[in-house]
Amino acid sequence: MADRHPLFVPLVLVGGLLFGFGLAYSHMARPEVVLSFLEFEDFGLLFVMFGGAGVTGLAYLLAPRLLGRAPLTGNRFERRLKSFDRNVVAGGAIFGVGWGLSGVCPGAAYASLGVGNLTILWAIGGMFLGAYLQGRWRSRASTTADAAASGAD
Amino acid sequence: MDPVSLLPIADLFPNGVARYAIGGLLVGLGAAVIYLGTGISAGASTFLESTLSYVSGQSRFQRYVASRDWRLVFTLGIVLGAGVYAVTFQGEPWSTDVRWWRLLVGGVLVGIGTRIGKGCTSGHGICGVGSASRTSLVGVGTFLLVAIGTAQLVAALGVTP
Repeated sequence: MADRHPLFVPLVLVGGLLFGFGLAYSHMARPEVVLSFLEFEDFGLLFVMFGGAGVTGLAYLLAPRLLGRAPLTGNRFERRLKSFDRNVVAGGAIFGVGWGLSGVCPGAAYASLGVGNLTILWAIGGMFLGAYLQGRWRSRASTTADAAASGAD
Repeated sequence: MDPVSLLPIADLFPNGVARYAIGGLLVGLGAAVIYLGTGISAGASTFLESTLSYVSGQSRFQRYVASRDWRLVFTLGIVLGAGVYAVTFQGEPWSTDVRWWRLLVGGVLVGIGTRIGKGCTSGHGICGVGSASRTSLVGVGTFLLVAIGTAQLVAALGVTP
């Protein structure tokens, strides 16, 4: 977009590089490591999640106080708060079956590609397929809901 | 030497904790850098839908048209960052022996679940937990428990890896 700060995309790239390097360094990019965590053989993965959340927690706490508004976008600093409904539990459960079956989650899958794991393309292809299927269902559901709503008028 | 290996709880951490803790801090730092500059909480799974908006006219994906280019850059960064690790630390490429059908079927469920459930291990797990969001804590609790149950069941059925 034309009105974006020239450093916006470079900053996103730097963030992605750190994120991906960290996923590889932590070995979370390997499905076997995730599965050994879920099977209670190695609890180290807890440190990845809580280490990561600790750093972002600090950012969420300090950014509004120290910076006021985001320098590259002028956005307010807001926490990541999503509304709660049944979808959070239902979607979380579906995600959990998939994660437990494969040992793969989205970020770790991209990183896994970066460490040379071409076999992971099965999982990435599956994720796109799954995201497409739910998008199709929900696009149709919202069209039907709109039609029903206008029909009721 | 990893200090944890001196303690009895070393059984819980057969590979120590240093790699996990340092890796996790870097993952958090990556998300924090983007947040500090832009105010955006970047998650990894929105990329799936935002990228689909390039090729599909389904109305659900159109909400991500404005962010799809930088989400592509974020994901490219993740792949390249892991590639830097591979070149500097790892030596030979890692592959996985997890069976292809587990990756494929698991991937489909992950793709459905993360989008319906409003986040994945990075959106809920890193940014949402960092935000002390109750929604994200419930989301993480749900997928963690279900994933543990699933992985243990699959292992008990003798499917390895």
